[in-house]
Amino acid sequence: MAETAGEKKEYWRWQENCWIDESKNWRDAKIITAGIDVGSVSSQAVIVCDGGLYGFNSMRTGNNSPDSAKNAINGVLEKSGMKLEDIHYVVGTGYGRVNVPFAHKAITEIACHARGANYMGGSQIRTILDMGGQDCKAIHCDEKGKVTNFLMNDKCAAGTGRGMEVIADLMQIPIAELGPRSFDVDEEPPAVSSTCVVFAKSEALALLKAGYSKNKVIAAYCQAMAERVVSLLERIGVEKEFFITGGIAKNPGVVKRIERLLGLQAVQTKYDSQIAGALGAALFGYTLVQKQGVPNKAAA
Amino acid sequence: MIANYGYKDGSGEYYISIDTDKCIVCEAGRACLGACPKGMFEIISDDYDDEVAAVKQQFRRSLAFDCAQCKPAGGYTTLPCVSACTPGAIKHSW
Repeated sequence: MAETAGEKKEYWRWQENCWIDESKNWRDAKIITAGIDVGSVSSQAVIVCDGGLYGFNSMRTGNNSPDSAKNAINGVLEKSGMKLEDIHYVVGTGYGRVNVPFAHKAITEIACHARGANYMGGSQIRTILDMGGQDCKAIHCDEKGKVTNFLMNDKCAAGTGRGMEVIADLMQIPIAELGPRSFDVDEEPPAVSSTCVVFAKSEALALLKAGYSKNKVIAAYCQAMAERVVSLLERIGVEKEFFITGGIAKNPGVVKRIERLLGLQAVQTKYDSQIAGALGAALFGYTLVQKQGVPNKAAA
Repeated sequence: MIANYGYKDGSGEYYISIDTDKCIVCEAGRACLGACPKGMFEIISDDYDDEVAAVKQQFRRSLAFDCAQCKPAGGYTTLPCVSACTPGAIKHSW
């Protein structure tokens, strides 16, 4: 896939996604809540009707958190024919949670991912690994999805989605192909630097020059990412059942290597792993409306 | 809930762990707030609406440097925050 002058292919660009459950009619719902997760790389809006997932929109975060939140919710509103006023309660979460102009409340993404994973993976989920755009979090929760222990690393981008985007661009391979291609190697290479994206990038270039195939470099990077996040998980301890949220959960090259290192299989889900935070936020909103009733007026 | 504030980087792991269940009814009268010479602790309302101690956001990525003066090299034999928290909610990883 050669690039021509003036054309820059965005290998890092992942698939944006908007979905609604056509089998449900939101007009029948008594309580409609929304969760908006404005992350550092992606933003999601999830709509929950009477405690069940109704629809979501997942897109790239722009340079303005309020606009990203509006764009995310507008996508799913347009698809469903709903208006913002039809939503009884909105909870903001993620890196830009305090900048969601129409949110009634802001809740940290740690609590929201635990709640979302509890819904997506079931009440048996105890350990959650959220591999976000620019940070990763290891979370323990109870059977209700309440956080009992958490650890977050947002100082360093190693082991995050952004790191994978950098490698996709460097290798000039679409990001969705990185995972499958990482298994197309004769033998598993040792991990590249697991402590820094910048060093890993330099190391990847050196390996290419040394004769490594692209697939082998990708495999080495996926292994480094896996080792990085497993060390985080080991710090809080891993309890069964184990669940992965965030965009990297869609990369089998990293997920399989994490499973291999832990000796555990991650719980599979039919839902999009990237919406866990926004889903958890919407479920928090649902619980709040059940407890406190519908607020008098939308927040904005 | 055990809240771990801090980070891991190329030089090591630097986490302050706070057992927030012990903060809800604090038997030490929120002594951590005054014990830290840098004023790194604050009381926040967490996601479950409990009033608990937390490390302030601006210190969470620089603990290795901010806590250095309270470590043995700074002349301390015990950490002021850990000593002040008599329920034993605060721990350092390094």
